Amino acid sequence: MTPITVHTGTIVPLDIANIDTDQIIPKQFLTGVTRKGYGKHLFHDWRYLDEHEQVLNPEFNLNKPEYQGASILITRENFGCGSSREHAPWALMDFGLQVIIAPSFADIFYGNAINNSMLPIRLTDTQMDTLFAELAQNATLELTVDLSSQTVTCAGHEFNFIIAEHQKHNLIKGLDAIGQTLEHADAIAQHEQRLASWF
Amino acid sequence: MAKTLYDKIWDAHIVSQVGADTLLYIDRHLIHEVTTPQAFAGLNDKGRKVRCPEKTVATMDHSISTRSLALDACGPANQLQLQTLLQNCEDHGITLYPVGHQKQGIIHVMAPELGAILPGHTVVCGDSHTATHGAFGALAFGIGTSEVEHVFATQTLRQSKAKNLKVEVAGKLPIGVTAKDIILAIIGELGHAGATGYVIEYCGEAISALSMEERMTICNMSIEGGAKAGLVAPDSTTFDYIKGREKAPQGSDWDKAVEYWSTLYSDDDAQFDRVITLQAAHIKPQVTWGTNPGQVIGVDDAIPAPTDFTDPVTKESASKALKYMALEPGQRLSDVAISHVFIGSCTNSRIEDLRAAASVAKRGKVVDNVTAIVVPGSAAVKKQAEVEGLDKIFEDAGFEWRLPGCSMCLGMNDDLLREGDRCASTSNRNFEGRQGRGARTHLVSPAMAAAAAINGKFTDVRQYEEQV
Repeated sequence: MTPITVHTGTIVPLDIANIDTDQIIPKQFLTGVTRKGYGKHLFHDWRYLDEHEQVLNPEFNLNKPEYQGASILITRENFGCGSSREHAPWALMDFGLQVIIAPSFADIFYGNAINNSMLPIRLTDTQMDTLFAELAQNATLELTVDLSSQTVTCAGHEFNFIIAEHQKHNLIKGLDAIGQTLEHADAIAQHEQRLASWF
Repeated sequence: MAKTLYDKIWDAHIVSQVGADTLLYIDRHLIHEVTTPQAFAGLNDKGRKVRCPEKTVATMDHSISTRSLALDACGPANQLQLQTLLQNCEDHGITLYPVGHQKQGIIHVMAPELGAILPGHTVVCGDSHTATHGAFGALAFGIGTSEVEHVFATQTLRQSKAKNLKVEVAGKLPIGVTAKDIILAIIGELGHAGATGYVIEYCGEAISALSMEERMTICNMSIEGGAKAGLVAPDSTTFDYIKGREKAPQGSDWDKAVEYWSTLYSDDDAQFDRVITLQAAHIKPQVTWGTNPGQVIGVDDAIPAPTDFTDPVTKESASKALKYMALEPGQRLSDVAISHVFIGSCTNSRIEDLRAAASVAKRGKVVDNVTAIVVPGSAAVKKQAEVEGLDKIFEDAGFEWRLPGCSMCLGMNDDLLREGDRCASTSNRNFEGRQGRGARTHLVSPAMAAAAAINGKFTDVRQYEEQV
């Protein structure tokens, strides 16, 4: 994993609740066998007016000139619900989004994001309202996420967020989870010896 | 200390602590073609091996055709993914049940058929509907591809414990109301994200009375309420289902297994973080009207208006959903015409589902302008249905009878809807574009789907039951 501590960038808003992973990356793009190349299909049904991805939908925020180059997505509750497809964080990151800020995330998506060094940040509904309102005033607003101090700063506001200590540690250090677990190989073997044969 | 069923399974699988995480042992790893290629590539890059190939069950289900057994039937990208799975399983010594094998099927249908899932197991799969296997009293949940790689290499996962939610369905289920209606009603009650952070234990008279296949339907959709997993405590119904299956314990092992399984229940005084109770008698056949499974009503209820909801986010979601679904507040679903019917998916493609659908299908013919397909969940289900003549009932009524696979639940093959199509579907997700861009999905039970096919619109199946 790539270590990450501080991220600063501009913001794109999607003021929609329950954005599911079928929206983030539809099924026809799940036939790949690598982790790369999903960014151009991100939000396919909303972003393009045609199946062949030739005609951009000018009404969709990711296509608007003022949000070009944004690396932070702000959105609403239950982001990433539905399918477990890790292609969702792969697509978001391949497009250039490094941070997703929402009041809540679906469990599997949240874990998948962290396993790819993408930051899923939880703020309250009121704090989200503030960010949406500030962004409506100034579309090129910058936002900074500092993982070590667990703060989001933007337009003079500073919000604290909660993240599990071990997830924070792994993100900052960029640790290989499998490598860490393999250090417990003896404990795994002991567990296996205790198992009944039929288990 | 008194424990819930979830607590007991969790405690029995703790290998060690890694920081604040628990390293949890995984007993069964189910795999398919879509969410594994990158995990195998990660293993290969680092020179790692699959720790327990014998605890890994592999099949092909998502990317395959339901019209042909050829791996290239859905184009070169799908073919490459399927061939990659073949090669990876061969390289790592994993038994694969490929297309054409008599035990192939949707992973969540064929793995229980093998007897691979036992009470007290931990079961994972790179697929959110892994929750299905909670029906056996196994802790089963979906994972991402990075975690698939982690399980391959270590046979463990790093987890933090979820909270306990008890969902009791009290009393007896009315005639014509099925397991699918129970779970849709529960999700309607909880909301689409209402169980996020919880493991649900389903209990109560209406749950205990269900068959294993019906319990699988219930647990399957736990994720649609946001839950980590769903569980039903194992009982004689569970043991009877498992006994004699290929991978089930045999001989004296069977007795030891049953003795252990009989300890897997929530203690009387176990503490749940949250409890909800539904009265079975109040549950009607359900139909979703919106674009998430929580947007659901009884078949004879009026479609709600956004103003019926107080929460602004829910209100906005309802408004957006009605627009996408081209429905009006106050409208009756019995007035809504459909163009397609899909009977299948890991939620509702087992033999009992097909029997229920066939019993309605034989009452009529699929109406003109409606396309209806039946996709059995596994080769074994297909074979059994054909022994019973269900395929003939469906075909005589105008349904297409297909080969097993995930099919139109998500349309990774060519079973896709077009913009504006409206489908009565026995699957699990009614998300925008799930069955095809611009297509509209209504989730229903198998009997309700068959009734929609022969009437061309949503129809209350209780009228048929009352005639019996």
